[in-house]
Amino acid sequence: MKLGVYICHCGVNIKANVNVAKLTKFAEQLPRVRVARDYLYMCSEPGQQLIKKDIEEHGLDRVVVAACSPRMHEITFRKALRSAGLNPHCLEIANIREQCSWVHEDRMKATQKAQKLLAAAVSKAALLEPLEEKEVEVTPAALVVGGGIAGIQAALDIADTGYKVYLVEKEPSIGGHMIQLDKTFPTLDCSACILTPKMADVGNHPNIELFSYSEVVAVKGFVGNFEVTIKKKPRYIDETKCNACGQCAQYCSIEVPDSFNLNLSKRKCIYIPFPQSVPACYVIDPDHCRYLLTRDCTQCLEVCKQGTNAIDFTQKEELVEVKVGTIVIATGYDLFDVTTKPEYGYHLYDNVITGLEFERLSNASGPTTGEIIINGKKPKDVVFIQCVGSRDKTVGNEYCSRVCCMYTAKQAHLVREKLPQATITVFYMDVRAFGKGFEEFYDRVKQEGVKYRRGNPSEVYRRGDRLVVKAEDTLQGELVEVEADLVVLASGIIPNKQTAQIASLLKLSQSPDRFLLEAHPKLRPVDSASDGIFLAGCCQGPKDIPDSVAQASAAAAKSLIPLSTGKVIIQALTSFVQESDCRGCGFCVEACPFDAIELREVKRGRRVLEVASVNEVLCKGCGVCASVCLSGAIQQKSFADRQILSMVAALGEEYA
Amino acid sequence: MLKKFDPNIMAFLCNWCSYAGADLTGTSHFHYPPNLKAIRVMCTGRINPLMVAAAFRHGADGVLISGCHPGECHYMEGNYLARRKIFVFRNLLEFVGINPERLQMSWVSASEGKKFSNVVKEITEKIKKLGPLTTFDE
Repeated sequence: MKLGVYICHCGVNIKANVNVAKLTKFAEQLPRVRVARDYLYMCSEPGQQLIKKDIEEHGLDRVVVAACSPRMHEITFRKALRSAGLNPHCLEIANIREQCSWVHEDRMKATQKAQKLLAAAVSKAALLEPLEEKEVEVTPAALVVGGGIAGIQAALDIADTGYKVYLVEKEPSIGGHMIQLDKTFPTLDCSACILTPKMADVGNHPNIELFSYSEVVAVKGFVGNFEVTIKKKPRYIDETKCNACGQCAQYCSIEVPDSFNLNLSKRKCIYIPFPQSVPACYVIDPDHCRYLLTRDCTQCLEVCKQGTNAIDFTQKEELVEVKVGTIVIATGYDLFDVTTKPEYGYHLYDNVITGLEFERLSNASGPTTGEIIINGKKPKDVVFIQCVGSRDKTVGNEYCSRVCCMYTAKQAHLVREKLPQATITVFYMDVRAFGKGFEEFYDRVKQEGVKYRRGNPSEVYRRGDRLVVKAEDTLQGELVEVEADLVVLASGIIPNKQTAQIASLLKLSQSPDRFLLEAHPKLRPVDSASDGIFLAGCCQGPKDIPDSVAQASAAAAKSLIPLSTGKVIIQALTSFVQESDCRGCGFCVEACPFDAIELREVKRGRRVLEVASVNEVLCKGCGVCASVCLSGAIQQKSFADRQILSMVAALGEEYA
Repeated sequence: MLKKFDPNIMAFLCNWCSYAGADLTGTSHFHYPPNLKAIRVMCTGRINPLMVAAAFRHGADGVLISGCHPGECHYMEGNYLARRKIFVFRNLLEFVGINPERLQMSWVSASEGKKFSNVVKEITEKIKKLGPLTTFDE
């Protein structure tokens, strides 16, 4: 057994806190080490060449790299080994950067720790076995969860490449929050006008199968071969028959608050969320329908029978199974609940509204057909309050929601356009106009006579029939009270309510802000930590529309890689059974969370015994089975008992 | 002069949460004492109590096992299995005269870099107070 040890300086990242020369000397005297070298950047091309050259010249059969985390460069070095003809799994990495040089100040102690980490890696490396990597076929289809702009874009990009896409949306129509918006900043494009063509494309696309009013309830499998269970909620209307004529709604006598208009208006109990809905199909609200509740009304049924006869009260919840190779998560955001800031009086005053409510109010398809009317009057004085629920530790949201500064500027512009006489005041902490064309737009809005006052209001209260916004203007250093008859709260973005559920369904992590966590903040911003699952849009963090679209296209491209190569390499760290040691107790079978182990009969001379047997395709390599095996017959590749124990022993040694 | 007690603490960290969290501690440059050295496993469910026993036998004064938060295990339920095993094993430690406080378990997710450095500081302080594992208690 010949080992090579390669110690990286990482510029000064490691060298500054770890005595690399001493570490190299130390490595030289470790058992079985043939060569030990240090180099400025081991991951660089010349660094990798060093390793390759040594493998060829010295006939090394195991390689240890002491550098950054294996989560960073394990793949790089595995490739280097492979290209030099060595099995890529004959590599062990000692993490002396993230878990040593970057976290310890005492150089001597950090060097001592690095020695231990290196000795542990060397002792494990000597016990590593070459492993075979298996290729499996990829199901040429993708699942997109969420039908907002990010999900729509991802679905279209994948479908346009020629692969099947299953798009799942929990609401009766795709469109997400974007379809609720009026104009978009900073170009003032009409939101619906630019979105509806894409929605129509989704509806008509031969490669997209749309599951609206549906939810993903179970996901099994792994990259290349996911099995997804989708729950279709009953619409009580046959999608294939409904032509959205709307006769039913005219006859329906039940009126309920219209959630699409954020309850600012009423809709019927049988409804279509908005005129451009995709699919263009009505839906019956099961919580309010008199037929479904008490069976004493059949108005809609009667009228529909004379038309397409699409209403079907016998519809039941339906579970559909689909197979896909990759998954894009685009579950979007929810609005911060402004009632958790009671000082702004949202729960008390009708003329305190959220930013999204303003969008509906100002929207031509909204409850006032685009006229800014509140309590039957056109407001004379309008106040916007920014950062409601963003950059606010008191409500647990430290982050900036990234869109409120600009949507407030846009809304101020819309008020100016529609109510030229109104006074408009914006209270802000900082104006973050960072995007393309943002600063210019902010400048334009200021020149339109919108008054920006720096200060975070402390209170909104009523005086007579008007509202008063009380704040400290921190630029002028004075307390101000501004009268208003419309106050718009620039409510921030929080992760969709179901984010935690999605995360546990797909085994994804959440960052402290509760958005979904990407695999690497810089280099893998659209990957999740799970292979084959990608993130798009606001589920990963607050974003504006162009950023969501860009990330969606990126996620689509990433998810197309396995689909178009048609094969994925499944990780080799599966379990294996030493049959002669197995007593067939079945503990491992019970412990395996993936049903990857079963007992099968083998012949031993004349006797027939039961031994455990691992299905390598189902095995995900957690190693739980190995931890419950009494005889040590079942082991995890690269994490066998003796390999781990050798590290324990090495960490226990005292080194000079 | 008596050498000041500098405990040797070994940690078993799961690849998906705590090892990644420990990496984030590094990336964010949150400092912690160098006493703790980590061994990466794919899942805390992989850890066999014998490994903990071996750690103590080979000179560890304390052992930390850290994995994904309950309900967030990358492999569904490996962390629960680890928790049950550790719970039982701590009783056994007490029985043989090793203070069960020397074996700690924590949940650190991939995004909790700050938390990991706090966990290491806490366990290091705790083990320093307990002193070296040279004799059995009682």
